[in-house]
Amino acid sequence: MNLRLLYMFLAIVLVLWVLIPIFLITTLAFSDRPSVFAWPKGLLPQQFSLETISFFFGVEGVWKAIRNSLTVAAMTLVFSVLLGAPAGYALARYRFAGADSYRLLILMTRAFPLAILAIPLAVQFINMGIYDTAFGVALVHTALALPFAVLVTSSLFLGIPKELEEAAWTLGCNRIQAFARVVLPLAIPGLAATAIFAFVISWNEVFAATLLTLRERTLPAFLLTSLNDSPLPFRFAGGFFLIVPALIFIFIIRRYLFTLWGIANR
Amino acid sequence: MRSERYIPYVLILPSVLFLLFLFAWPLVEALLLSVRGSGGQWTLENFQRMAADLYFQDALKYTLLLTVVIVPLQVVMALGMAMLLGGISKGRDLFLYVWTIPLGISDLAAGIVWLSIFTERGYLNSFLQGIGVIQQPQLWLSYETPMMIFVAVVAAEVWRATAIVFVILVAGLQLIPKEYSEAAEVFGATPWQRFWKVTLPLLMPSLQVALILRTILALEVFAVVVALGGRNLPVLAGEAYYWYNAYQNPGVAAAYSVIILGISVVATLLYLRLMRSKQDGAA
Repeated sequence: MNLRLLYMFLAIVLVLWVLIPIFLITTLAFSDRPSVFAWPKGLLPQQFSLETISFFFGVEGVWKAIRNSLTVAAMTLVFSVLLGAPAGYALARYRFAGADSYRLLILMTRAFPLAILAIPLAVQFINMGIYDTAFGVALVHTALALPFAVLVTSSLFLGIPKELEEAAWTLGCNRIQAFARVVLPLAIPGLAATAIFAFVISWNEVFAATLLTLRERTLPAFLLTSLNDSPLPFRFAGGFFLIVPALIFIFIIRRYLFTLWGIANR
Repeated sequence: MRSERYIPYVLILPSVLFLLFLFAWPLVEALLLSVRGSGGQWTLENFQRMAADLYFQDALKYTLLLTVVIVPLQVVMALGMAMLLGGISKGRDLFLYVWTIPLGISDLAAGIVWLSIFTERGYLNSFLQGIGVIQQPQLWLSYETPMMIFVAVVAAEVWRATAIVFVILVAGLQLIPKEYSEAAEVFGATPWQRFWKVTLPLLMPSLQVALILRTILALEVFAVVVALGGRNLPVLAGEAYYWYNAYQNPGVAAAYSVIILGISVVATLLYLRLMRSKQDGAA
């Protein structure tokens, strides 16, 4: 009984460890300017105010950066599902020579330093004319999200019995019809989770986005490059705004988290 | 039937081409970029410039130090969390959700969050004042106090990225059949012995994955450091960024990225080797 209480206590301490910093930044984002600079600060919000948040959105370039971030993330989402899902399907349904090497390739790319991609690509993208475009950034973000998309969709299709598909074939569907009418509806939630995860990866990525853009900054790139000459309220509001979508998305895809990260063990 | 054989290849082909274009090709390009001069001749000039740079030694030192401090902390903490989760029956899903929230938080956001704590008029100073340790706000994140920036970066990274290790380990634990632990219990093993002799050896593959992944990510730590200390705590990825962006020198930037890759590869090989021999020893 005592042991159980101790477990509960530790678990709650860990919950506080995660939540308190998020709570603090939220407090700051919804305080007025004097409270942000107040000293000493209380833990609880002093004065609810939208001053900091509206100041953040009023800074020139913020809306454009948000728009760019959304564009890049949406492109990343589409590319990774379109490229990843077929490969995931192939891994789940077929035994073919090279499948293991392909898995290895996917795993290797997941453990690849980003710096080594971003720098040469920045140089090449200038030559190709896609430097400083949402498309160029989305390509790199897709490279980061694709390994996850392949592995998740593969385990997703594995979970859908092949017999269902075969039944559809015997009832006169061709392969594509069987996939579209039988497999796809069952796979939609998992595909959505894959897509959301790709979106989050792109939304959060800062290193490549900063190197590959100049004027068309994504929000993290915009924040990073203006960190040193921007006032604290701006930074805090920006940090808060970066976190919000992540909280929502993680909540939506929480069922799939273990497939996303645990798959490599199988 | 014969016509079916090509189907899987058609399905994986787009992703293979894409990965070749975005991984293999840049890798080669980065290597070339780092060993070529402005005129296209072969040279070690970029590496020499890098090594002679004022920030290089500190960047190398701090990157390695951060990795060596952060990764073990995260693994121990995540392991503790994973075992703790096994001992909890009530509210398991809620704990799981909250503990994994940081998975969605970017390094830049984490850096800014912890900036609000460590900054001059931040929560840490307010707390210290509250308990009477200090009277005036202390400056923690200046170039005079690199150790404090270091501590802040460690806190932010442990806060943000322990969840990844945790999820990998929990997924690994789920794959271990309960029977092993139960059998050990029948033979009179204490919980402590069961953990060390049964669970941990069986968890080795997951630990290996987690360690490799986290080490590689820790070696390219960047935005957290920039948010908390600017360039006052130089790191390798940060230097690559400054050389590319501020100094407009892709060659030296590429040299930095090659160094990061080199250390990552060595670390990965080391893990593969050390942890294999451990597994053999356990078997």
